[in-house]
Amino acid sequence: MDLAYLWFFIVGFLFVGYFVLDGFDFGVGMSLPFLGKDDISRRQIINTIGPVWDLNETWVIVAGACLFAAFPEWYATLFSGFYLALLLILLALILRGVSFEYRHQREGLKWKRGFDRMIVIGSAVPAFLWGVAVANIVQGVPLDADHNFTGTLLTLLNPYGLLGGLTTLLLFFTHGVYFVALKTDGQVHDDARRLATRSGLATLVAAAAFIVWTIANAIGAGAPLITLVVVAALIAALALVGSIVANLRNREGWAFGLGAVTVVFAVLMLWFALFPNVMPSTTDPAHGLTIANASSTPYTLTIMSWAALIFLPLVLLYQGWTYWVFRKRVSRSRIEQAAAVAH
Amino acid sequence: MDLLDPLLLARWQFGLTTLYHFIFVPLTLGMGLVVAIFQTAWYRTGRVKWLHLTRLFGKIFLINFAMGVVTGIVQEFQFGMNWSDYSRFVGDVFGAPLAFEGLMAFFLEATFLGLWIFGWDRLPKGAHLATIWIAWAGASLSAFIILAANAWMQNPVGYKMAPDGSRAELVDFWAVLTNPVALATFPHTMFAAFMFAAAVVIATAAWHLARRQNIEMMRSALRFGMWGMIVAFVGVFFAGDQLAIVMVETQPMKMAAAEALYQSACGANASFSLFTLGTPDGSSELFSVRVPYLLALLSTHTLNGCVEGINDLNAQYIQQWPQFADKLGGDLPFSPIIWVTYWSFRWMMGLGGLAALISVVGLWLTRKNAKREVPQWAWKVAIWSAPLPLLASLVGWVFTEMGRQPWIVFGLMLTQNGVSPNVPGWQVLVSLLAFTAIYAALAVVEIGLVIRTVRKGPDPLPPPGDGSDDESDRELADVPTTVY
Repeated sequence: MDLAYLWFFIVGFLFVGYFVLDGFDFGVGMSLPFLGKDDISRRQIINTIGPVWDLNETWVIVAGACLFAAFPEWYATLFSGFYLALLLILLALILRGVSFEYRHQREGLKWKRGFDRMIVIGSAVPAFLWGVAVANIVQGVPLDADHNFTGTLLTLLNPYGLLGGLTTLLLFFTHGVYFVALKTDGQVHDDARRLATRSGLATLVAAAAFIVWTIANAIGAGAPLITLVVVAALIAALALVGSIVANLRNREGWAFGLGAVTVVFAVLMLWFALFPNVMPSTTDPAHGLTIANASSTPYTLTIMSWAALIFLPLVLLYQGWTYWVFRKRVSRSRIEQAAAVAH
Repeated sequence: MDLLDPLLLARWQFGLTTLYHFIFVPLTLGMGLVVAIFQTAWYRTGRVKWLHLTRLFGKIFLINFAMGVVTGIVQEFQFGMNWSDYSRFVGDVFGAPLAFEGLMAFFLEATFLGLWIFGWDRLPKGAHLATIWIAWAGASLSAFIILAANAWMQNPVGYKMAPDGSRAELVDFWAVLTNPVALATFPHTMFAAFMFAAAVVIATAAWHLARRQNIEMMRSALRFGMWGMIVAFVGVFFAGDQLAIVMVETQPMKMAAAEALYQSACGANASFSLFTLGTPDGSSELFSVRVPYLLALLSTHTLNGCVEGINDLNAQYIQQWPQFADKLGGDLPFSPIIWVTYWSFRWMMGLGGLAALISVVGLWLTRKNAKREVPQWAWKVAIWSAPLPLLASLVGWVFTEMGRQPWIVFGLMLTQNGVSPNVPGWQVLVSLLAFTAIYAALAVVEIGLVIRTVRKGPDPLPPPGDGSDDESDRELADVPTTVY
């Protein structure tokens, strides 16, 4: 098999990893105004992702780097084309990342509330815009003969793109709230479970509409992997329903796990729908980018394949171990104790 | 000058965001090593002063670490956003090291740093110590690979041009990794990072010693910092010397630009000017202090060596690349901006040398049998000299990147041909302004927090047993973990 096809799926795997991991980070951040009734509970929520948010965010850097190396044309077209959307994502990620670090450095409600707000905005903006971006990649955008994007930010904010953004926003939110329920105790935990049921149902509505639209688009475009698109869509939908049921039955681990399965298969559905294109053009199909015309040389792909083959399993191993090390719930009493030691 | 010129704006943005990112790089590389050494000392000796120092400098490390991650994402996105034609042209070669860096090093660094920061009461002592060393090793590997990618832009190797000339294609990845420019740049950059970390340690210790606080631990920190500074300076010096030799072979124009040497010169005439008053564009020189032979020695390691001047090199390049010369226009199309290269080269060496000199004086003043106490002004100098090695590194980068101009990849692609053709100037301007504003605001917060942490000094440790919420974890360190 041509290595470029393998790399289409390795890049997909990396974006799946990123959306599963940073996705629930975004959800945890967005849940602050709903679940964080006082400073202790807000700290409880933030500390659920304290040791892992940065390794989760690392996935976007690795996914971006592999996209650059394996598909330079795709990387160049996407990043220059979606300029303002990516700029907003970058600014949001910067504000969010530093807020985690800065908010606990000083006492004082004003200081802390300022950073809380930045965490919420910094989580919501990328959660929404990543959905808009991926939906537009799959749907296609106007490209010229040099593969350069000829639209504007408003081109991306079309109905399908907006629905994609809404879906990821709600899905990441729900997934994050499952995580909060899994990793906390007391009031925050109870509130999270109630909130997850409501947001889960809202996600289901948006996701169902997005899935139907995606499948219809894929059929219309004659996607060669249409069977896989439908199978992935069904698994994503079933997993989402399953996660809501698990949450209702107080099975937090299952709810979170099935939430992750939903994200995995939702991204896979989009990847299957995209295949064998990587950036279809809505102006002239001949201007579009495909796996074949966007990829690097076989030599580059070969050495990268070796690197991925050796290092990706290692990465999964030590990151999995990290989650195991920090498996304990973040209890309210632990935060209270830490607050007492500090002052 | 067109204020909405995307090329100009994209270059300013790259310069600004890259220099800003590089504030955090030496803190990770240098401070990571310092913290790892302090923690190892604690692990081996069990002396509590080393634990205090580990925790104190670990906190400074932590304040910076989020900034390092998030400003790093900007770096990677920027190639595609502002420099899409560059990305299309070099992606096959330049992308591979970035991907390797992510897969091999960056994941490792980020994951194990998280384990170190939050793992104090979760991991056995030895395993916890290992996490900081692994994170540091990941950071160093990452630095090497990124420098190899940069070195390829300075001295492209291991590639061939695609038959249609549309892109450079990788043919020998090993050659890219063993690029002589990369091999010389890596130790130069690493030792410079150690110098900055040492300067921060020295300044912190000086602040406390000037106030007679935490005397025993801060004396250890001070001696460690000053010796570290001198060792690191020796490393920077020799690596830089090697880098100059490689530079003369691969980018002679950059060396000529560093000295503003317009006419080729040999031996005594290849002098090095320490200082020039007047216009360093060669048209008129009012006053200068010159060391004969030094430029020849620097460039060729021989006293009688010859150094090519800007005019000769320019004429040679016009012959070699007529198509690029036409595009660039002007009398000296292949010359960088001389006053930038000339002065950045001197500031780099001057600031770095001054930092090392201060440590030499400091070691003399604080020697064991010193008769008089260290005067207050000396502590002040030690505190205020903390940024010197960082500034030296930053102007060093200005030199190495501005000295490569007008090329984005030496001999292969002009900077003006790398910029994204479809991104309008106002969008680049918006993003430049947004990054400038946010980075400036964050710098204020950041510096404020670091100074506060330094002044507060080491936290008191709780009585044994209180640190962990699980009494059965006996083998764990009795140290409270970080909590956001």
